[in-house]
Amino acid sequence: MSILITPETKILVQGITGDFGGRHAKLSLDYGTQVVAGVTPGKGGLFFEHGAHKVPIFNSVADAVAATGATVSVVFVPPPFAADAILEGVDAGLDLVVAITEGIPIKDMIRVKRVIAGKKTRLVGPNCPGLVTPGTGKDSSGGCRIGIAPGYIHKKGHVGVVSRSGTLTYEAVFQLTSRNIGQTTSVGIGGDPVNGTSHLDVIKLFNEDPDTHGIILIGEIGGNAEVEAARWIKANCQKPVAGFIAGATAPAGRRMGHAGAIVGGAEDTAAAKIAVFQECGIEVAATPSDMADALIRAAKAKGVTLS
Amino acid sequence: MRILRRFWRAIPRRLLAVLGPSMNIHEYQAKALFEKFGVPVPKGVAAKSPLEFEAALAQLPDAPVVVKSQIHAGGRGKGTFTDGFKGGVKFAKTKTDALDYANKMFGNTLVTAQTGAAGRKVQTVYFTQASDIKKEYYLAILLDRASSRPVIVASTEGGVEIEKVAHDTPEKIFKIVIDPAYGLADFQIRDLIARLGFAGNEAKNAAKLIRSLYACYWETDAAMIEVNPLITTPTGEVLALDAKVSFDSNALYRHPEIIALRDLNEEDPKEIEASKYALSYIALDGNIACLVNGAGLAMSTMDIIQHFGGSPANFLDVGGGASKDQVVAAFKIILGDPNVKGILVNIFGGIMDCNVIATGIVEAVKEVGLKLPLVVRLEGNNVAAGKATLANSGLTIVSGDTMADAAQKIVKLVA
Repeated sequence: MSILITPETKILVQGITGDFGGRHAKLSLDYGTQVVAGVTPGKGGLFFEHGAHKVPIFNSVADAVAATGATVSVVFVPPPFAADAILEGVDAGLDLVVAITEGIPIKDMIRVKRVIAGKKTRLVGPNCPGLVTPGTGKDSSGGCRIGIAPGYIHKKGHVGVVSRSGTLTYEAVFQLTSRNIGQTTSVGIGGDPVNGTSHLDVIKLFNEDPDTHGIILIGEIGGNAEVEAARWIKANCQKPVAGFIAGATAPAGRRMGHAGAIVGGAEDTAAAKIAVFQECGIEVAATPSDMADALIRAAKAKGVTLS
Repeated sequence: MRILRRFWRAIPRRLLAVLGPSMNIHEYQAKALFEKFGVPVPKGVAAKSPLEFEAALAQLPDAPVVVKSQIHAGGRGKGTFTDGFKGGVKFAKTKTDALDYANKMFGNTLVTAQTGAAGRKVQTVYFTQASDIKKEYYLAILLDRASSRPVIVASTEGGVEIEKVAHDTPEKIFKIVIDPAYGLADFQIRDLIARLGFAGNEAKNAAKLIRSLYACYWETDAAMIEVNPLITTPTGEVLALDAKVSFDSNALYRHPEIIALRDLNEEDPKEIEASKYALSYIALDGNIACLVNGAGLAMSTMDIIQHFGGSPANFLDVGGGASKDQVVAAFKIILGDPNVKGILVNIFGGIMDCNVIATGIVEAVKEVGLKLPLVVRLEGNNVAAGKATLANSGLTIVSGDTMADAAQKIVKLVA
């Protein structure tokens, strides 16, 4: 199994006629992902063509869902219209909306998060690389690729990866695959201060997924999401977990001002987060090169097989 | 919608990119904004030259004023100018004193706890009528990340470092989280005012100020508003004596009036240059420059340099790709820092072809005539061809297999 998405999941792409959305829709089709619809207001009735694929375009998410049965949307629309696009997906009753868009105003996301609270739709992102559930074909094709991650670096297997950062996720996945260790799902939750799905939300899903044997948790300075996840892991998760925190050398002056430090608490520096990881039994990767090896160490200590 | 779309396209995205997550403005600009929203502030005038300052001062009766250097950094009052003159904020009893202080501040460089050793050149001096202070408070509005909602942070201890208050007497700090579906509710304001101990006329004025300040925060897409101190006067007035405001850079496209407040003199010229090529660059103090794709990978590249005993000279994120033009521009910016003794390039070519990136790096090295040690770690799509291109370039480019390998190699080369 996997979390959130499977190779059978039907995807619609909001913003499929844009350069960025179109390019990545093609890569997902090449990967074997079920991209069943595109949505661009005003372009309903046209088709998005790529090789033998002919993906119908609709004017609204509701139309696309009614016609194709899509349950997941990926949002590539520009920042000023992204909040609206997310809400449209929520209104259409999708299971999951993945917002790739970078640069959405924080106020828009504060309002979106308030509106979607209690709704059935889960939001991943924004400003995230998306999700990949690898398939069994060549270079893991035949899987579900939502967003902008390179599909081919994955391999089907038993490790869950969750991260705020795109390239660091790829780094971790690549290290795992190079060591012949596959993944259930890799999830990029995005780097914005207000996002739909937290580290902890994803950790809970990995914990419940019997096919996920081990987890890599990648975090950054700022906020306390990693700390919250670590404390939960200590209390509830038996699976081996490796963690890495980026930003030990980041200049403090570039963060929010005084009042931010109060609200954020004292736990948002890299050193503080690493200390909490250690206290919670998470195997800390000393460098980003050590992420897969840290998980191997953690698995060995618990007698868990990763591959 | 169509008009909005056109407006969005017209905004120079690259110009905004350099700002990072938020844009700062000066105190005098923040106070003008406060006045627009009905937040009371002491009367004041900002001047760009001693002549302008004198002319503005002449309009006032001969009463005490406060003379304030305008730079984007805190700790001005306790700062020292590079010529030895002490205090970026001065109380002047007479107009003659005020003019004398202003003359010493204009064009002078102010060093505070937040500016770094280089300090900031003062190009604007602001003066305000001195206020009679009864008591000082602290008030800020910002995003509470834990709840994803705005929060008001207030304290009865103003005019001092708020971190110290939070650490020593956390019971003197009050937080009010605001539900964005309704906005700041009156009962919350009443609650806050009671906790801060306001009564009578003061309470009425404080309520109005807090309501106006929240409107300012919400309607301008501010990232943070900080008033330290907020003061009461013997006559029951409540005033914002200082004002620090920053804005969410992502929302600037809908606030052209705020973009107009941007002061490029307050920004690193290297960072402005970087933004023209869609590069995100932040200068640091070390001697190993790095060039990386992706913010998380760029941060952890700095970390790994330090882990192996080196010292990073910068943060530089080239974004999703790494075109030849970007690499050339990045090398030029990096080489503009005289401390740099070596360069580490770390690219994870997920979607992009590593060979295209390698070709760009080789051309960039040739174009800028790079003499410093260069270690390149390439990984991802078509990496074998990329590594071959680097190896066959005839240039002394050292190849690193992993991030750890590359970091150790560059640390050794600059040692």
